[in-house]
Amino acid sequence: MIRQILVSIGVLMVFTGQSLSEPKSGYDFLKAETKEMQDDDFLNPGIQAVDEGRELFNKPGANGKSCASCHGEDGAKLDPKRIAMYPVFDKTLGKAVTLQQRIHMESEGKLGNKPMKYDGKDALKLEVFVRHLARGETVNVQTDGDMAPVIAKGKKIYETRAGQLDMSCAGCHVYYPGQKIRANVLSQGQGNGFPNYRLKNGKINGIHSRFNGCYKQFRAAKKKPGNDDYVALEAYVMSRGNGLKIETPAVRF
Amino acid sequence: MRKPIDRRPARRHLLPLTLAAAVMVMGTTTGFAANNAYCDWEMKNHSIDEPLCGLKGNAENGRKLAIARKKGNCLACHAMPIPEHDFHGTIAPPLNGVGARLKEGELRARLVDIKQLNPMSLMPSFYKHPDKLHRVAKKFQGKTVLTAQEIEDIVAYLKTLTD
Repeated sequence: MIRQILVSIGVLMVFTGQSLSEPKSGYDFLKAETKEMQDDDFLNPGIQAVDEGRELFNKPGANGKSCASCHGEDGAKLDPKRIAMYPVFDKTLGKAVTLQQRIHMESEGKLGNKPMKYDGKDALKLEVFVRHLARGETVNVQTDGDMAPVIAKGKKIYETRAGQLDMSCAGCHVYYPGQKIRANVLSQGQGNGFPNYRLKNGKINGIHSRFNGCYKQFRAAKKKPGNDDYVALEAYVMSRGNGLKIETPAVRF
Repeated sequence: MRKPIDRRPARRHLLPLTLAAAVMVMGTTTGFAANNAYCDWEMKNHSIDEPLCGLKGNAENGRKLAIARKKGNCLACHAMPIPEHDFHGTIAPPLNGVGARLKEGELRARLVDIKQLNPMSLMPSFYKHPDKLHRVAKKFQGKTVLTAQEIEDIVAYLKTLTD
């Protein structure tokens, strides 16, 4: 009787909610050759974006100041642990902010630059450069306090079916990591490698654009990168990977 | 003050223009094009016994639809006895022998709306009413994933998978 109860509790613990017993990076689902490509900075096609991002970071903006003016040459004064906490709750703005949103706000507000396109080439180069400073740092997104409602909103979007094909993020990434759709292995859909370099499209991809890519595949309407729903979704996706290491720029298929 | 220019179409264009407008209005108000009208179906005991729209399926076409990525794309998730294509998906049960295991109505039920049987399923509901879907991309709005004929074709094909 006691054994049956203990087994039932064990089974319930495995299947309850969306909690991952062990978050695994997309790296763990790669073929050996792709892992090698990511691990070697001379082979990783995403490293070019780090260099280009560094140039943008040090370059003077419209009012003569550069990111480096306050944050140090090559971002020396930026705190990798803080970078690893994004998206964070900004008390002044009263809402959650993604790392790329922060970059846009600083570029326009502090440097007087014209707005960049969210997930556009320059914005991504800067985000890759900044996140790369935190490479190897542990993802640590806040999920309680002010962030609790944001995470809850993101979790709801993650679990909601959409599109003509009626699928959800959770459908693939919670229940079927390791299984294959045709020849493609499904991962847990973690965010620790973003912005990443995808072999499939030969370029750097931001996480909001990736959300659109997935939604397109199940014939759902896309949303403009930078919108509030995707900020909440990014917060939730990043928080699922709390404990993983930042790998930006990751190499993925 | 200049005399306003008369931009009305010439008299001889009026009849064709009116006919074109009438056809367009009819097309949009009927919701589904005449050859793809949504047929209601009834599921009882996890089975839809009546063929959709009373149509007859073609198994040979059904096999093509099962392979086609923009149609059934069944190989995305199911291993099937289709040896000329590599890399069948592993997410869902293999379909070898499904024609012997399930009756025609049970096959049809799974294709039309699998979530009536398994609410957690990842499989698309290929003939669910489009109004019941959420956040559909514009170009797919108002349409089922597969037409009634395509559903019947795939059902006919699945019935042949008896080993």
